[in-house]
Amino acid sequence: MSIDTETARRVAKLARIKVEDDALPALASEFSAILGFIEQLNEVDVEGVEPMTSVTPQRLKRREDVVTDGNQQAAVLKNAPDAREGFFAVPKVVE
Amino acid sequence: MSDLTKLTIAQARDAMRKGETSSAEITSACLTAIQGADALGAFVHHTPEIATSQASAADTRIKAGDAPDMCGIPLGIKDLFCTKGVPSQAASRILEGFKPEYESTITSQLFDAGAVMLGKLNMDEFAMGSSNETSVYGNAVNPWKRNGDDAALTPGGSSGGSASAVAADLCLAATGTDTGGSIRQPAAFVGITGLKPTYGRVSRWGIVAFASSLDQAGPMTKDVRDAAIMLTAMSGHDPLDSTSADLAVPDFEAALTGDIRGKTIGIPKEYRMDGMPAEIEKLWEDGTTMLRDAGAKIVDITLPHTKYALPAYYVIAPAEASSNLARYDGVRFGHRAKLAQGDGITEMYEKTRAEGFGPEVQRRVMVGTYVLSAGFYDAYYNRARRVRALIKQDFDKVFADGVDAILTPATPSAAFGLGEMVDADPIQMYLNDVFTVTVNLAGLPGIAVPIDTDPQGLPLGLQLIGRPWEEADLLNVAYSLEQSAGFVAKPKKWW
Repeated sequence: MSIDTETARRVAKLARIKVEDDALPALASEFSAILGFIEQLNEVDVEGVEPMTSVTPQRLKRREDVVTDGNQQAAVLKNAPDAREGFFAVPKVVE
Repeated sequence: MSDLTKLTIAQARDAMRKGETSSAEITSACLTAIQGADALGAFVHHTPEIATSQASAADTRIKAGDAPDMCGIPLGIKDLFCTKGVPSQAASRILEGFKPEYESTITSQLFDAGAVMLGKLNMDEFAMGSSNETSVYGNAVNPWKRNGDDAALTPGGSSGGSASAVAADLCLAATGTDTGGSIRQPAAFVGITGLKPTYGRVSRWGIVAFASSLDQAGPMTKDVRDAAIMLTAMSGHDPLDSTSADLAVPDFEAALTGDIRGKTIGIPKEYRMDGMPAEIEKLWEDGTTMLRDAGAKIVDITLPHTKYALPAYYVIAPAEASSNLARYDGVRFGHRAKLAQGDGITEMYEKTRAEGFGPEVQRRVMVGTYVLSAGFYDAYYNRARRVRALIKQDFDKVFADGVDAILTPATPSAAFGLGEMVDADPIQMYLNDVFTVTVNLAGLPGIAVPIDTDPQGLPLGLQLIGRPWEEADLLNVAYSLEQSAGFVAKPKKWW
């Protein structure tokens, strides 16, 4: 399957990665090569095979529903590029 | 004692217990070796103060008696592990300046056992790569060179810094992680032992996530005994990782008898690839003979879906990566791009991720985004997960037929030159993992053991694949193979 420039643009947008217009054709051709490689999977008969969710079938463990952590505001904010008054600061979200 | 940095974990442990040397001495020797090894690009964050203080605490503990096996052993830690207060960047620009406020479970367990951290080790960015060339820190370099050729070679990847550091005796051992071969391929490229445990054997908590259903950490060591010792210290159930198995951890070192009489070793015909170099073919033959001579029964087996492992991996791993790496948004940690007047939050995400992620990471995140996008999820992602189930069934069948372990080459070639693959398309690089990636897809334990050198003087390794949760048995087969191979070559120091 060949990926066109428009599809490459759409995928970059979905992935929230800025790709300049002049870089899109090269990106599209790389995607095409990788997807071409992946296409081999179409040769396999997967009729009736369940998609694997976990290599070891195990029930997720449960624990008692109690608070085990918290009150770590300073630690949580410590690595933020911009933290103010106990919050993460970001550019304006709502117009 | 001389050459303290060349000691194995077992030798250092025994010598420290006898009072012949101390952790302070070994640690200091390692720190000196690291200082003189910048040309290898292995250590990217140095923590001599932490090391010195941990070594001193370890010496007190050893003197008091009853110290654990890892007590006082100086290690390198892959940059993918979160280490409290110490840069943990996954070799990415996007985590520049990130100093975790917490310690990964594995490093906690190692430090609780008295191990010493010398610093953080180079790797491919977010563990995506097979040559350590995608790192923001620059390349890690293989201590080995081809005979009569000065070209710098790759130590493999993604755990390239770990491989280089252990092979060059900068540390006694190192942690690595393995999503498609990232412990075993570099181990083979530098002539050391690298073990990927069964999925769930060791906790993933506090390790920067790449592909969560495939990632598993493991030891990279100078020999099989050390792998057994270090795996014991790294293993165990962790309530903070829901996929960590609640199983007893055996004493893996105690399993090393070297007696493999009556064991059945499978040789999978699908691993005999077209165009396989003659030296790899011969290595595999030699390894088979060694195991047969040690009393194992050799059987031909078939793993029919092997060919589809790499394409399935290159759907599943990028899909999981695109989801895991969504957290790098410039809000909570690491790098945030400088914004222009009027830029909103979307521009912040897009610019931050474009600046913060290198080309291979961007490529994989976007491929993952594509295969998970509406309309393609079934055709790519679900199909790949179905093929993955078939790959696991292949292994289930041969194990049910009585095979104890499977012997394969570890890599399709010896270490290649840094920069040699620059013009190749990404798939050429992906082929490095052709023998290792099946093991991650099936969640099995696998170990790379150095066997011989090729005509150019470079190390070559073989891989043994074991039954799930039977690392003890796998390590014992590896131990027997190691004894027979008698690989003792070391790189000549040029750095």
